Amino acid sequence: MKIELPQVGESVTEGVIGRWLKNVGDKIEKYDPLVEVITDKVNMELPSPVRGVLREIIANEGETVQMGGLIADIETNENQENTNHDKLEPDVTDQEIGTTGVLLKNTAPVGPTGSGGPISRDESLSNHDKSPPPKSRYSPAVLRLAEENQIDLAQIVGTGINGRITRKDVISFIEANSTIGGREDSTGPSDQDTQSRKDQEKIALTPVRKMIAANMSKSAALIPQAWSEVAVDVTGMVSKRQDIKESFMNKEGINITYLPFVIKAVAESLKKNPLLNSTWSEEGIILKKNINIGIAVAAPDGLIVPVIHNADFFSIAGLAEIMETLISKAKNGKLSLPEVQGGTFTLNNTGALGSVSSRPLVNHPQAAIMTTEAIIKRPVIKEDAIAIRSMMNICLSFDHRIMDGAEASAFSMSVKKLLENIGSETLIY
Amino acid sequence: MAVITVLEAIREAMREEMRNDDRVFIMGEDIGARGGVFLATEGFLSEFGEERIIDTPLAESSIAGIALGAAMSGLRPIAEIEFADFIWPTINQIVGEAAKVRYGTEGKLNAPMVLRAPQGGGVRGALYHSQSVEAIFAHTPGLKVVTPSTPYDAKGLLKSSIRDDDPVIFLEHKRTYRLVKGEVPDQEYTIPLGKADVKKLGEDISIITYGLMVHHCLEAAQMASLENISVEVLDLRTVRPLDMESIINTVKKTGKTLIVYEDNQALGIGSEVSALISQHAFEYLDAPVIRLGGPEVPAMPFSPPLENMFMIDAEKISTAIKELAEY
Repeated sequence: MKIELPQVGESVTEGVIGRWLKNVGDKIEKYDPLVEVITDKVNMELPSPVRGVLREIIANEGETVQMGGLIADIETNENQENTNHDKLEPDVTDQEIGTTGVLLKNTAPVGPTGSGGPISRDESLSNHDKSPPPKSRYSPAVLRLAEENQIDLAQIVGTGINGRITRKDVISFIEANSTIGGREDSTGPSDQDTQSRKDQEKIALTPVRKMIAANMSKSAALIPQAWSEVAVDVTGMVSKRQDIKESFMNKEGINITYLPFVIKAVAESLKKNPLLNSTWSEEGIILKKNINIGIAVAAPDGLIVPVIHNADFFSIAGLAEIMETLISKAKNGKLSLPEVQGGTFTLNNTGALGSVSSRPLVNHPQAAIMTTEAIIKRPVIKEDAIAIRSMMNICLSFDHRIMDGAEASAFSMSVKKLLENIGSETLIY
Repeated sequence: MAVITVLEAIREAMREEMRNDDRVFIMGEDIGARGGVFLATEGFLSEFGEERIIDTPLAESSIAGIALGAAMSGLRPIAEIEFADFIWPTINQIVGEAAKVRYGTEGKLNAPMVLRAPQGGGVRGALYHSQSVEAIFAHTPGLKVVTPSTPYDAKGLLKSSIRDDDPVIFLEHKRTYRLVKGEVPDQEYTIPLGKADVKKLGEDISIITYGLMVHHCLEAAQMASLENISVEVLDLRTVRPLDMESIINTVKKTGKTLIVYEDNQALGIGSEVSALISQHAFEYLDAPVIRLGGPEVPAMPFSPPLENMFMIDAEKISTAIKELAEY
């Protein structure tokens, strides 16, 4: 039985084959993890759909496979069983018929001229199946252009015969979608250049690195991004966390960080500034009704962004608990697809790395991304006196097509205000 | 620049080369007093004399054989075959011998000869005055095969052929002789063999063609432009050697290729061009490479309606363009 790469989620069109967890010749139980598959959304283990013996690995590690593409061949006798199950009607024996008889479903009634008899299953099928939908096949030119420009061909409407996507369709699509940044900029030195140089070394691209590279190029190429930075006095938040740290650990068994406070403030501010929670399209700006905040997490293989769905529904304590689970899953590569899909806004705590200011790239197709920077004690003027305060910068990159500085700043100022208002009375449940 | 016919261009090319180089002479049937059956050598006998303008018996094999011997001995003969349909007796001399002279003597000898022949249909010439013979010769390494389409090309290419140090088969389409007029520079020029020429720039479809068909393709391209289909027309000019670079460039540009030729389609020039494209430009193809060539019929029919069916014309090319554009 040929094993295909199954469709694993909306807007995912291809996956990169990671490690094979079974070798050719291995016995496999149904649902045994077969292979790691990396998509631009998530890493997952693909379970075997059948029981049998792995006969052939068709897609090797590192290969990019379209959803539905063949990846392996498993010798199984389940197919046989399936065919038996598929039989329309069980064979009717004389015993079962009895004196009351049965209605034979697969038999045509007597016709006006007395004809009519059993109709074969094949005949009835062929009536439904006269013209199977044409399989989409792309010309070499179309495939090459799509690959070079990282285009999902499913997004293009073909104008060729029978809706075929022509080379011109792809070129028009590229032209319509290119706003800033030439593609030439993204191409690095050629293989030849690199190989002939002795004073440098080439690191092979891991599948995750390739995904990140593709996403970042997309962001830089497609979104005209503007940036702003706001300083936030988080002295209140720092002392609040200090106050509840121990009791929280005792009660909940987890560490309370600043992150849940920030997520809460961001979720509230997104509610008040819906443009920040939207997506650009040529037909109009699409406001997202749910506030799903993606949190950038440094996983061993590279950046991964688990998503807190409906982040505005949760208390600070609730957010702390969700984050604890997501981060640990991210670090172990155990995130499921829903846990990384559907993000509408991204938050990145670059401060954890020591940064005091950073310029993040918007996570396409979202509208904005915010970073929280390192909390540093600084002398600041407060009520005409110099005071030592815990200060934190928040940086915002946003899609300038969707909004202008005014809307972006209104959001940043809202986050700032909410964070600065945190104090001993702030409820965490 | 003077506007002249293809026939006049050929006459000018030969006259200029004969004036420039004493080694050049012409031999063929009726080329002297008659001035050639199409008058390509009209007036040559009186200008150059009987030693350089030689009327031959009706024996094509000896025309080619004597030319080959003269070429190997240091002269530069232009041998005229009255109609390409009668070229077959020369096959032994040309394919069997002339093509192999340089190779067989390890370069000690060469054969700088031109075999000129009017060819092609569309002139109500039927079986023996309509044949296209380029594919037969183009198959043979050691030969060059030239198929001009315009007066400018005919003159520049014929001069290069006469100056070439190896055998050249120069095939002139009869229908272009008086039908095609064009500008030709007053000053001396030549056109290198093996270089194709973009006769019309376009974006959507490439037509690769040569000879008379260039003109039908240009006409069809004009018609297509009214329907917003932009067609590029590449004139091969020389079918051996083929200009790979120009062929691949135009295919890469448009991704859709139509190859048009009057000669029988199967195993013809278009078959080779098509194979080269699929080998060297596969990733640029946006549609199957289409050939539009002569039908699987042994010869040109005598009946005018049937001849029209046989010949490729602008209308047939237009239909092919539309189908390819829609693909």
